[in-house]
Order: sequence, then C-alpha cells, then structure tokens
Amino acid sequence: MSAVEYEVVIGLEVHAQLLTESKAFCACANRYGDPPNTHVCPVCLGLPGSLPVLNAGAVERAVRAALAFGCEVHRESVFARKNYFYPDLPKGYQISQYERPLATGGAVPIEVQGEVRAVRLTRIHMEEDAGKNLHGADGLSRVDFNRAGTPLVEIVSEPDMRSAEEAMAYLRSLRQVLRWLDVCDGNMEEGSLRCDINVSIRPRGESRLGTRAEVKNVNSIRFVGKTIQFEVERQAALLARGEGVRQETRTFDSAKGETVFMRAKEKADDYRYFPEPDLPPLRLEEAFVGRVAETVRELPLAMARRLQEELGLSPYDAGVLTAERDVAAFFSAAVQAAGPARAKKVANWMMGEVLRRLNEEGRPLSEAKMTPPLLAELVVLADGGQVTGPAAKRVFDEVWKGGERPEAVLDRLGLRPVSDDAAIDAAIRAAFARHPEELARLRGGEEKLLGFFMGQAMRETRGKGDPKTLNARIRALLAGD
Amino acid sequence: MMDPFLDTGALARLLAAGEATSRDLTRAALHRAEALSHLAAFLHLDPEGAMDSAAESDRRRSRGEARGPLDGVPVALKDNLVTRGLPTTCASRILAGWIPPYDGTAVSRLKAAGAVVLGKTNLDEFAMGSSTENSAFGPTRNPWDTGRVPGGSSGGSVAAVAAGIVPLALGSETGGSVRQPAALCGVLGLKPTYGRISRSGLVAFASSLDQIGPISRDVEGMAWVLGAIAGPDPLDSTSAPAAVPDYAAGLDAGVAGLRVGLPREYFAEGLDPATRARVETVAEALRDAGATLVDVSLPSSPLGIAAYYVIAPAEASSNLARFDGVRYGPRARDPVDLEDLYVRTRSEGFGDEVKRRIVLGTFVLSAGYQEAYYLKAMAVRRAISADFEAAFSRVDVLLTPTTPGPAFPIGERAGDPLAMYLSDVYTVSVNLAGLPGISVPAGLVDGLPVGAQLIGRAFEEATLLRVAAALERAMPWRDLRPDVAGGGGAA
Repeated sequence: MSAVEYEVVIGLEVHAQLLTESKAFCACANRYGDPPNTHVCPVCLGLPGSLPVLNAGAVERAVRAALAFGCEVHRESVFARKNYFYPDLPKGYQISQYERPLATGGAVPIEVQGEVRAVRLTRIHMEEDAGKNLHGADGLSRVDFNRAGTPLVEIVSEPDMRSAEEAMAYLRSLRQVLRWLDVCDGNMEEGSLRCDINVSIRPRGESRLGTRAEVKNVNSIRFVGKTIQFEVERQAALLARGEGVRQETRTFDSAKGETVFMRAKEKADDYRYFPEPDLPPLRLEEAFVGRVAETVRELPLAMARRLQEELGLSPYDAGVLTAERDVAAFFSAAVQAAGPARAKKVANWMMGEVLRRLNEEGRPLSEAKMTPPLLAELVVLADGGQVTGPAAKRVFDEVWKGGERPEAVLDRLGLRPVSDDAAIDAAIRAAFARHPEELARLRGGEEKLLGFFMGQAMRETRGKGDPKTLNARIRALLAGD
Repeated sequence: MMDPFLDTGALARLLAAGEATSRDLTRAALHRAEALSHLAAFLHLDPEGAMDSAAESDRRRSRGEARGPLDGVPVALKDNLVTRGLPTTCASRILAGWIPPYDGTAVSRLKAAGAVVLGKTNLDEFAMGSSTENSAFGPTRNPWDTGRVPGGSSGGSVAAVAAGIVPLALGSETGGSVRQPAALCGVLGLKPTYGRISRSGLVAFASSLDQIGPISRDVEGMAWVLGAIAGPDPLDSTSAPAAVPDYAAGLDAGVAGLRVGLPREYFAEGLDPATRARVETVAEALRDAGATLVDVSLPSSPLGIAAYYVIAPAEASSNLARFDGVRYGPRARDPVDLEDLYVRTRSEGFGDEVKRRIVLGTFVLSAGYQEAYYLKAMAVRRAISADFEAAFSRVDVLLTPTTPGPAFPIGERAGDPLAMYLSDVYTVSVNLAGLPGISVPAGLVDGLPVGAQLIGRAFEEATLLRVAAALERAMPWRDLRPDVAGGGGAA
C-alpha cells in the first residue's frame, strides 16, 4: 500500500418500491413475477391521450417512511418530468420530483460495533419505476411493462459514511425500517430495494471531497461492502500512480467481485426537468400527516432499547426479537398474555424454538400455527410447574404442528405432571430396585447420586414427574427406609 | 331534400317531433361528407359505426328513452381525440395504423349523450399550426374559398360544421385552435376554462394549455354539447371539481347591465381595418342590447405569442417523446442500434413543424437555457393572468377580434413560421391564463368570415354563452352560408 492513508466517503441513493396494491399513476396491479405485460393499461404503457392519477396509497407509504426517519415532510411538493429515451420508459420521461421533493432532512440510525450514530438524509422523493428490457437469446430485445409505473421512493443520504461496514449497517437499518412499516418488502434480489453507491477517497485529514464514482444497482448488502472495498483499492491505486479518479458511472460485476466502467460523467444526459403539467402540486393536509404519524410509533432500534430496559433482555436477544416487525409483534403479544415477569422465558422460547423452526422450515411467521396466546399459555404452564421441561418440548411440538391448545395437548397425551406421592414413590422404588449398587452408594453418603436417581425416577414417569416432588420423596424414602 | 345547414337546435326538434330519424340525418351527413371530400375535412369516415349508432338512437327514441337533445345528432371529432376502434392519427405518419383501445372521456360522454360519431377530422399535425396545412395527409380547404385555409389546427372539424356536413364538432385548443378557425369559417368556437373538460383521451400537445373545445352553428347546440362533456373526471387530475351548470338555461337572459371591456392592445397595429369594423359592429350590437362598453388595458398581452412559443414547445418536446416506434406506430426498418431506431423512426414519422417545435422545446428546457427562456416565459404567463384579473375587476367580459384578418390563401404563410404564429396573436393569452373564450361570427370581409372573441372569467362559460345568444338574436348568422358547391362566395 502507498504511504498516504486514505479515508473513504460514501453516500447512498436507495430506490424502494412501495408496497401498494396498484401502481403509482394507474389502477394496474403492483405485482412482481407475473407473465410479461399482464399488468398494463393505457396509462402505464404511455398510450397517446392517457394521463397519470396519483395513488394516495403510495403517498401514504412515502410519508410514513419520511416520518420514520424524522424528515421534514413538505406540505406541498411538486412532480417533475425527467426526460430521456429508453425502451423501458414508455412516456419518454419519468415522473419524479426534482426541485421540490416530498421530504428533506432526517436521518437513519445505524449501529456499528456497539456505537449508535445517525447517517443524515438529504431528501426523500416519490417517482415511478420503469419497465424491464429483456434481451433474448434470439438476439431480439423485448420489453415487459409490468413494472412500469410501480411507485418508488428515492432515499438519498448525505456523504456521511466512512467505511463499508457503515454503509452496510445503513442499508440494513434502512431496509429494516422500511419492512417494519410495510413501506417496502426490501427484497434486493427481486429489485424491490435497489442501491446506488457514491464512493470517493481522500487523504485522511483532508476536508475537501475527492472525485467520486457512482456504482449503480448493487443488489445485496454483501455486494455493497464488496463494491466499496473494491472501489477504495481501485481509486487508491489510481492516485498512487498519479492518475486522478475520473467522475464516472460504474456497475458491480458480482461474478468477478469488481466494479466495471459504464459511462463517463461528461456524457451524462441533460434530463430537462420541468414541473409535470399533468399533476397538480401534491398538497398534504395536516390531518393526513397526523394519521400517518399514528402508524409510525416505535421503530425497531427504539423498541430494542425498551425491551432491554423494561424487560431486562440482553442486547442480542432484543436485537433478534426486533429484527422483523411480525416477530416483534408476536413477542410483544405473547409477553402481554404471559405477563412481563415471564418476558425472558417467552424470549427463550421465541429464540430457541419459534425462530429456529421457522428458519428450518423456511416459512414466514404469518404461516405458523403457533400464536402468541398459545405460546403464552405454554410458558405459564411450564412456569407454574404444570408441565415439566421435557414434556413442555413435546407440547410445543404438538402446538406447532396442529395449533392445539397446550392444555388440551397435556390432557390428550397424558402429560400432566405426576405429583401424587403414591405414583412418585412407585417410580422411585422401581429406580431403587433397578440400581441397587448406586442405592447403596447413595446411602453411603454419595450425595451426587441423588441427581442420578432423580433422572432415573423421572424416566419411570416418562418425564411427567414433578421435579420438586421427586426430590422431596427420594429424600423421604431414604430417610424413612 | 333537407337543408344541410340546419343547426343542432333545429335537428333536435325534428328528431323529437318524429319528423326525421337519426338514420336520415346520419345518412345525409355521410353523403354530404363524400360530396364535399375535396374540402378534406375528414381523415376517416365511419359509415358503418355511424349508421349503427344512429339505428340505436332511433330505437331508444321509439321506446321513449331518448337521452336528451343530442341523441341522434351527427358529430365530427378532431383526429387527436382518442376513439376506441377508430384510427387516431393526429394527422401524423407516426401514428399510422394505431387503433386506440379506449375512448377519451369527452368522446365517451358525447356518445353517452347519444351523439353519432360520423368520423375523424383533419388537423395540423399534433395540433401544431394555424392553417391545417401541416397535416401529413394534405390541407383542409376553407368552405368559403377553397383556395384559402380554414385556419387551424381544428380546421377539419370547423370546415365540417361550416360546410353543413355536421351541426356540431369537437376540436381542441392550445393557443386558439378552435376559436381561430371558427372565426375564419363563420361558426361558433369555444375554448372552455382550463380544467372544465377532461383532457383524458386528448393527445397532448402542451398539457398546461390544451383544452377540448366545441364548434357549433348555434349557441343552443354549443350549450348542450358543453353540458354533456364538461365536469370533473377521475382520469384527469387537472380537471376541475366545479359543478356543471345547465348552460342552456340562461341563454335568453340578455346582456342588460353587462360591462364589456374592449382591451386597447387588441385593437392596435396589425389589425385589418375591415375586420376591426366588423368587431366594432358587434360591440355596438351589445351596447344596443343594454351592455356598457368599457375601455380596458391588458399590457402584457403583446408578450403572449413569445411566451406561448416557449412554453408550448417545451411541453410538446416532452409529450411527443413517447412516439419512439417501440410500442405503437411505424418503426424504422432494420435499425443498426437503439439510437438509429429512435432517430430514423422520429425523422421519418414527424413533419417539419413538429420537428421545429420539438427542437425549440428541447432547447428552451436545456440546462443553462431554462432560466433565460422557460422560466422567463412562465413569469410572462403569470403577468398575463394578473392583467386579466385586474380587467375582470372592472368588467364582466372582454370583447376582441379573434384574428387580425380573414382567412389567407393556402401556401401564403407556409414558409414563414413567424407570420403563421401571429395568426394566434389575439387568442394565445386566453390559453396562457386558462380562461374561457368564444369566437362568434362577426360578418364578412370581402366575402370571407371574421370573428369576434368574448373572454370571460374562469368557469363563467355560461356568461359567454348568454352574450353569444344575445348576439345570435341581434345579428343572426344563420344566413351566413358558404356556397360550397361553387367553391366560394356568400349567400
């Protein structure tokens, strides 16, 4: 490496498709993965004479995101046309926002190595997605317009990040919040969340920004890290050779793990932005913004902090349980039903069983037969000694498979703990009879064999023996013998 | 044989009385359109569709279910109005072969009122022009003198009404494209308030200026057609929520006490003296009917043409980007790459005037020039609106000439875009301010019609129609009939 030590400066532009029923400016379904050109109409095909009509649901989601990040939501914003030619762009312009975006300012909280800090946002604006060019093996290009007109927000950060780790943490945090609020499903592979990275380097201590490269459409958080690492090395090598970094647009080749030159900035299009005459300025009423604010109460980082403070969870557990909103909601509901004193026990079941099994089965929580009240019931039963540890696992299995109430499972399988002295005594005597040598040693004062006989007697009850009763009866039988 | 020049009111009464069927009227209109094909008013006639609609109308009427006065009346549509199943070319090669899958809102409302669509009429390509000479399919001729232009860009619709083919038609306006040809052909042409009629299904030229406008021989028919197609539309976010009054209801109310402003700047240099005299006759007729004439000033109006020819091309350059040969219309053969596909498709598909405006509009929106041109033009636009607002604090309507003079000979201004642009000098400000304006026949100058323009406050079309009705009574223009068979002269 060269003698000069460089600092990397990173800013991200994220495009997030909004989770609306219909497209941004027409009634076509906003759906991924259907056969080409099955969700199209005169508006999203740009047929002559058609006009855009703004989807209120898209505005609602965009405002939700802006409020979540603490942006200033402008009560009046203006749509603009971004003019350029491309086959996937039906009108020859993209409806976007330019001089007067929906929101400005705000920040995304990130956590890197235990430290929480904020990455400032420049702006959040609304726009529409383009269609998709499909280049066939037959040498022909076709266009699928299903995606054309899908509502997007573009979230632009300040150049506030100083490492690949920070950029990855930013994207993770952003994605988590967008998913948490049902703004975007965050699926980077399918392109519902896309990321352009601006990277430059400068000698440490220098306050001016270096010349940046823009890397387009990086489609996973891991690749964001790789892109930045590659760019830092590429740019440092250029500077070391005495060549300047050129301002250019690049793309990430995931197979090679390298960024590749796309086009120089001098050739950049002049987009000839001007206010979209087909749409009046977007005016937001206070009541509307207030209603949306109601839906943005507690974000994941804040909830994780609260779980630690109020319920005494570990930072790790709190993080896992707030990674996804449905998990957090499940956990909260179960804790509410089981009582806050049992929060840690609920957390253990969540982490140890619920999430593990979902992961193994590759299914979402919404499809699970286990519900918060059922889990709470099981936790309460176990906590009250009405089901023993080993039996509780079996009960969990049954509830997981069939959604049956734990109480009902206990009765059906006869798993209620055996605590009447006669049955327990019989089990203990059977264990004594089977292991006379160990019994003799126990009587001889080898206390550790108490545990051995606990286990043996428990096996005789097929796991149903109440541990306290077992312990007491073993001692009583030894003493009374 | 029926008098082809009967107006909508007369035809509605014949239909209501059972003295004619819609099939009679439609058949006669189709015959006349064929007989007058040398005017080139129509680009496409739809005889089968029209006769089917007429038959349906007659069946409704025989069941006592007629939908109103327009049920069964033949109408013509400018060919930039999207019609399901009927070609819509905008008089451009670039839309050759395109059959729209939907009806525009105004078209579907007109059909819902029972009107019978005879066909699609000629226009300047994409409504860019003032003479209907810029049609890829050849010019329309003025029924009063076939050596002259009918005006434009709605020249086909206006000629069809003026020649007695249909009593009503729809055109479209961006800078005077209904009022100007209406004046030059001796019929009524209305540009409603921006937002009064949905633009859904009107192929966009300049979205912030475009508005569909009716053309009629009588004020009553104009009131009916406006009432049928006006009103808010969920498919057009710029359509106004304002309620639609019964426009036909107040037509007899007269003009007593009405304050009529005569803006100085519209009677200045450049106005043909004989045309001026005709407009003054109209002013006198209004005064005789009880109106007060008031001298007013609209000082920014002389800047209207300059501002218009920045804003309209700017929007057009963007609106016409979609004609790229990818999804509809002809595509250049065997392009070597994407750029070649675009360049050749658009070079072959668009005519000269359209290309001129796309280039102009692209230029004025470009980085580094936007401030000097587009933003300055928008400032002029606001000043023009402020002028009108000030004037309307003193008067109820404004009266001006519609055009500087009568129709000019075909070819005279074709090579001189600036002279052509000045044909709209009295009409563009109304579009820039989004106000309603109507051109009413003002008589003949050397055997050629000229028009007087009335301008009203936003959404006060009813006032304009009331004034037009008073003029219709005071100086009846029903007798103004071109001798179409002979190719010129007045009856």
